[in-house]
Amino acid sequence: MTSRNNFTRRRLGQAALAGATLMGAPLPLRYAAAQAPANLKVALLLPTSGIQAQIGQACRRGADIANDVFADVKLPVKLEIVNYDTESKPDVARTQAEKAIDAGCQMLVGAFDSGQTIAIAGVAEQRSIPLVVNIAAAPQITEQGYKFVVRNFPTAPMLITGALALHKEIFKVSGKTPKTAVMMGVNDTFGTSMVNGIKALFPKLDMPYEIVDTITYDPAAKDLSVEVGRAKATKAELLLPVNRLNDAKLMIQEMVKQRWEPMGVMNPGAPGLYEQDFFKTMGKYSDFLISNVPWLDPKSAMTQSLEKRHAAKFPNDQLDINAGFTFEGLLVAAQAWLSAKSTKADALMDALRKTKIDQHVIIGGPIQFDAKGQNVNIKAAAVENLKRKPTVVMPVESAAAPLVFPMPGWNDKRRT
Amino acid sequence: MTADFLLTLAQAIVNGLLTGMVYGLMALGLSVIFGVMRIVNFAHGEMMVVGMYLAWMGFEYLQVSPMLSLPVIAAIFFAAGYVLQRGLISPFIGRPEHQQFLLLLAVAILLVNASLAIAGPDSRGVQMESQFDSYELGPLVFDAVRLHAALAAIAIALLLWLFFTRTRTGKSIRAAADNNLAALVVGLDVRRLYAVTFGVGAACVGAAGALMITIIPVSPFLAVEYTLLAFVIVIVGGLGSMTGALLGGLLIGVSEAVAGLLLQPSLKSMFSFGLLILVLLLRPQGLLGKGPQ
Repeated sequence: MTSRNNFTRRRLGQAALAGATLMGAPLPLRYAAAQAPANLKVALLLPTSGIQAQIGQACRRGADIANDVFADVKLPVKLEIVNYDTESKPDVARTQAEKAIDAGCQMLVGAFDSGQTIAIAGVAEQRSIPLVVNIAAAPQITEQGYKFVVRNFPTAPMLITGALALHKEIFKVSGKTPKTAVMMGVNDTFGTSMVNGIKALFPKLDMPYEIVDTITYDPAAKDLSVEVGRAKATKAELLLPVNRLNDAKLMIQEMVKQRWEPMGVMNPGAPGLYEQDFFKTMGKYSDFLISNVPWLDPKSAMTQSLEKRHAAKFPNDQLDINAGFTFEGLLVAAQAWLSAKSTKADALMDALRKTKIDQHVIIGGPIQFDAKGQNVNIKAAAVENLKRKPTVVMPVESAAAPLVFPMPGWNDKRRT
Repeated sequence: MTADFLLTLAQAIVNGLLTGMVYGLMALGLSVIFGVMRIVNFAHGEMMVVGMYLAWMGFEYLQVSPMLSLPVIAAIFFAAGYVLQRGLISPFIGRPEHQQFLLLLAVAILLVNASLAIAGPDSRGVQMESQFDSYELGPLVFDAVRLHAALAAIAIALLLWLFFTRTRTGKSIRAAADNNLAALVVGLDVRRLYAVTFGVGAACVGAAGALMITIIPVSPFLAVEYTLLAFVIVIVGGLGSMTGALLGGLLIGVSEAVAGLLLQPSLKSMFSFGLLILVLLLRPQGLLGKGPQ
């Protein structure tokens, strides 16, 4: 019950002050203030320390600006994001997932690495809590009949098929086709899936080159001189690296030292070559290497907002697909909550299965999950390092710069 | 066998020798300490990681090349090793081996956690133009950084040899190592000699850390692998033998390089551990180690 006597001059002053504050506030703040108070508590599981720390931290930057971007694009939701470090180890990932669920997290997002993601998926399934996979390509994640797992990242066969199709396009546009290739791959869960996938798919894709050797190595390798020496000895014209960040640096450093200059270094859907730290460490030797991977769509309004927010909050860091896919993972979680209007696992999972997100940040069709929980609408782009920046060169309609292939030598004048 | 294959094999052996020299230097400190004091330093890898961090800090904050900061780091490690031995390790000499093991394991855990607290979990590396350089000798290519590190390792091993054979303190240390009781009888200050020995061993580890940072980035989690690698090397070469440590390093380096070429690079560690098992079976004291007396 209200009384006219309660409305004093002091109350009027307080109300005016609150109104003025709200009117004067920046648009996102006003929008956030208008949002419903109900939040979804999301556990973000990433390798922010250990061997994958740098990429894990790049992923996390995408999460740190997610709520701001939601506000920018008028998405009426605010997530409570709780960070958990998997220490780049599957056993720690499993423990952290259990800890997150015990702490009341209603959805899990993560975990960049296939091995760690598989460990988390097992926990999600046991505890019936939805998991949105941000980055992890091992096919088995969505092939085991899990009911609480969806993945917004291509599987290894999807990455490979898209990448090898782009290889043919690159050769066609450049007019140069290598006859032989050597594959070098890290032997963790992701690398093994990719290497085996390439071997299985290669005969069916009618590629113009032959893979003359496949060299695998430990993900914690501290020296790749033997591996690069063996690859060089094959005299292959093309190197297909399936690597991560640290081994990508060791590999290119060793190639320069051993003076091995193949026609090109084209990764068939792996990280490493486009990471910020790779450019920082490799300098001029980072240029003209090509990654065939999903990439951020520069024409999307949401990508533009993500770029703006990222540049403002992390002026010294480059926005890449690690941040992009992690942001999209949280976008999927946010949309699921908006559709379900509930924090119950079954309702959220129902909403995830019916997801259709047209406006997002990665090149490709709407985010939708098939019966296995896999988004099959993600497309690959050829991203060439040009002037220390990952630049889309294929497909031609999305190209931001012309392709340079074959790769100039390590001491070529074009490397400055 | 084609000429191409022989050239590739020769290149693999060259790479293995250069890597092996650095491995040898890394294991030298462990061997020196055990040879004299009969104490196995289970904090060996952790100490080297601290050396790598010091070299990285010198480069990052003072713009001093790790090669130039090496003598300073070695001196700091000598002093720290001396104090550590006098203050902490000395009472454990002669005690059961499991007590020594636990003590040095505790030191190792302290060092790892201190590194984590101070430098964080990220890997830290130095960026120098020379890391991309190499020298050509005919058809063979020599990695510049590894060659510099290998030459420095040879120089340090030579200095150590001169110290132990030409100086009064070095000779006294050897005497104490050969017969502790006799050394005490003739009036040698064995406690001080042990502390100097631990300091010298620590200085070797610090120097190896300064060289290693030019080859690979450092993170606190590297330590365990280095401790294990150093143990493999000194067991193959002969625990307590300086020459054995260098030989063990070379053998492991070359065997890994050749196994990587002939078999599969991911199997190279298996090959070095296979070599370890073989040595333990056929010559348990190591290739240059002294048998039971």
